[in-house]
Amino acid sequence: MKTLTKTSRRGFIKTGLTASGGLVLGFNLTSAFASIESITQAAFEGAVDFNSYLSISPDDVITIFSPNPELGQNIKTSFPMVVAEELDADWKKVKVVQAALDTKKYERQLTGGSGAVPHSWERLRKAGATARQMLMEAAAKRWKVPVSSLATNAGFVVHTDGRKLSYGALATEAAGVPVPTEVKLKNPKEFKLIGTAVPNVDNKEMVTGKPLYGLDFYREGMMHAMIQRPPAFGTKIKSVDASAAKAMPGIVDVVTFKNNVAIVGKSTWEIMKARKVLKVEYEKDGNVESTTDHDKLFKELLDKPEATVRRKDGDVEAAFKNAATVIKREYQCPFLSHAPMEPMNFFAHVKADGVELIGPTQTPDRARNATATLLGISPDKITVELTRLGGGFGRRLQADYVVEAAELSKLINAPVKVTWSREDDMMGGSYRPAVRYRFEAALDAKGNLIGYKLRGVGVNAGNSTREDNFPSGAVENLLIESIDHQSPITTGAWRAPITNFLAFAEQAFLDEVALAAKKDPVQFRLELLDKAKQSPVGAIRYDIDRTKAVINLVAEKSGWGKKKNLAQGFSVYFSHRSYVAQVAEVEMKDGNPTLTRIYAAADCGIVINLSGARQQVMGGIVDGLGHALYGQVTFKEGAAEQRNFNNYRLIRYNEVPKVEVHFVNNGIDPTGLGEPALPPTGGAVANAIFQATGKRLYNQPFTLQEELKGVKLGQKM
Amino acid sequence: MAAFSISVNGETRNVDVLPDTPLLWVLRDSLGLVGTKYGCGIAQCGACTVHVNGTAVRSCSLPVSAVGSNKVVTIEGLSKEGDHPVQQAWQEVDVPQCGYCQAGQIMSAAALLAKNPTLTEDQIATAMNGNICRCGTYHRIKEAVVLASSKMK
Repeated sequence: MKTLTKTSRRGFIKTGLTASGGLVLGFNLTSAFASIESITQAAFEGAVDFNSYLSISPDDVITIFSPNPELGQNIKTSFPMVVAEELDADWKKVKVVQAALDTKKYERQLTGGSGAVPHSWERLRKAGATARQMLMEAAAKRWKVPVSSLATNAGFVVHTDGRKLSYGALATEAAGVPVPTEVKLKNPKEFKLIGTAVPNVDNKEMVTGKPLYGLDFYREGMMHAMIQRPPAFGTKIKSVDASAAKAMPGIVDVVTFKNNVAIVGKSTWEIMKARKVLKVEYEKDGNVESTTDHDKLFKELLDKPEATVRRKDGDVEAAFKNAATVIKREYQCPFLSHAPMEPMNFFAHVKADGVELIGPTQTPDRARNATATLLGISPDKITVELTRLGGGFGRRLQADYVVEAAELSKLINAPVKVTWSREDDMMGGSYRPAVRYRFEAALDAKGNLIGYKLRGVGVNAGNSTREDNFPSGAVENLLIESIDHQSPITTGAWRAPITNFLAFAEQAFLDEVALAAKKDPVQFRLELLDKAKQSPVGAIRYDIDRTKAVINLVAEKSGWGKKKNLAQGFSVYFSHRSYVAQVAEVEMKDGNPTLTRIYAAADCGIVINLSGARQQVMGGIVDGLGHALYGQVTFKEGAAEQRNFNNYRLIRYNEVPKVEVHFVNNGIDPTGLGEPALPPTGGAVANAIFQATGKRLYNQPFTLQEELKGVKLGQKM
Repeated sequence: MAAFSISVNGETRNVDVLPDTPLLWVLRDSLGLVGTKYGCGIAQCGACTVHVNGTAVRSCSLPVSAVGSNKVVTIEGLSKEGDHPVQQAWQEVDVPQCGYCQAGQIMSAAALLAKNPTLTEDQIATAMNGNICRCGTYHRIKEAVVLASSKMK
């Protein structure tokens, strides 16, 4: 077997060195394999680090470091855009480099909760503006003119008399200028780059198949490994017979640690083959649960007298007693696998003097700390280099797959890349928890919502409600509670945690309540919001005017209530500090109800990159739709029954409707968009299906529900 | 182990591997061509799509022993400068999010357009339906296939 040298990281950097020489070395390596060390080593020959985010070299190349893990949320393009905007750089000369983990330089170096943009917006702007100010001061000094006579434009400092100097020409002098403590930021009206559609900085590398992802990492002498983990939650190893596996070609060792049996070998296929003859017996080690158990349990928990009270306003009992109409509905969602296209993997090399970790993680700092704890060493001894992530969706917030790679490397005393098969990924997930909700609404004789109750019960879901979200604040008598069942089945954050299903249940329920109150679903929500504005009940954590703005925008763009011969369904949700309203349309085509279009109106404040933002909304809708229609993991005696894409259905090309995206333009500081477009989709679609067919959907996945039997739901892009 | 001589991206490559090794792992582990991705291993997701004599094939399910004298082209060999009309269209439309599936998407689209640059929407849907994009970039994939088709006419 030939060992790779070409695609190894060190190899790449060496090539870069000799090919380009000195200064520009790092800048040729914009792939994930260009580590921050290689850039700064190269950049020191004249290039100036203005701050942790950027450096400028004498030949005008501006390098901007993107500290956060990139998994498709497009941060690696949008962050540098913000720096470049305030710097007044020429975007064509900007190189973007993925920074390695460096907690001294960067804060919040993680991807999750759609939080990177709101956290970093001002920091990034200041980083760019500071460098710009220093460049102007350097020019002022050289020309002996006041700074006030200078301006900047596309990578040049320009004097009122027409003289100009490039940033590169000023970089070294600018480094000697004292760092200003206060800098003036642009008025958003002056933005030239922010708000435009800028293509992804890694497009060329991605479309030509360059090594970008964790699985693409190879190093000479590296071992390959796969780990056999217990196939069922709540079981442990009873016995291991590795004799046949060890005798297979290419196998170096079979190592048992904790509940893992690692097959270590020279190539991926050889370890995959050896794994088939590995014999491991398991025995019970706790509750071995099945989905049928959870179904029964949920019904018991919903009727249990006590629950954790999350929010209580007014007198709920009295409101329901005095109600003219009471509506009570239940909704259930299954476990979901994250199923990022790139299966879990990580490279680890535990050496006597330190640990090297390389791979795809949303939380490099957590991975480092967990590894430090496991090995009993200081985190300073561990470096974490980030590759691009082939999706994450929350799965890569966990550190399990990093820590086990490090543990294995220590045990075998060798550098190793641990690769998960798709089956490993689906059977050993940190699943989106299964949850069941009961909603109750009390209406008075005039159709006013006078009481509201929600109880969420889940498996390892924590708080399965979002008690301060709408309609909290708009209803005088309200009770929100939850009960959590602890299970050996591991769960975790899944894109738009909790709200990815709660929003569907709530928005489908409110649709029913609106119709029971004989009100238009959009009007019903607007009236509740007006009520919350005029006489708020308790804490309100969402912005009422911003919620109304997305509702009105989507109603206008979709021609809400004005279209004949098609059915519309409405939904609106606030999550992760952004607001998204959606209208889904179902038309009859060839006698079948067909989902033809989804309109979205989003408010994430200032849109940084129009291309990236649009796709975040479209992709979020496709994701929300796909999982509402098809997604489910069921368990039998602790083991996941869906193990690959043959029976874990993901939405495909010919199953998506047209999507039309609109943004509210309000100039407010930006918030994230990686998650907020997903939650409203299930509700909008379910409400449109009801309008078209008279069938209400209460459970996901939709396509497996009794209500949709005999309904051939088409989709048309 | 057995020696195989296969044609990849116009070059003859010699490898010594188990005969049932899927082409995918020969490309990735033996030849360093990591643009072809592992996604499912059972020909369900399309991330591992390559061309064999011009036809889109799932390399995770093709043993190297079955390749014979057929010509294999991977994403790295689709064009010399990365400027195949489909690769251009993918960048112009700004298709990728995480990007992991896109090499497979591009190979499926390129095989389709090579046979017939004039396509109906249904023909595109049939050909592209075998490639999963977990990020949901399907709208842009469609736009890019249509754009590439106009470039190839």
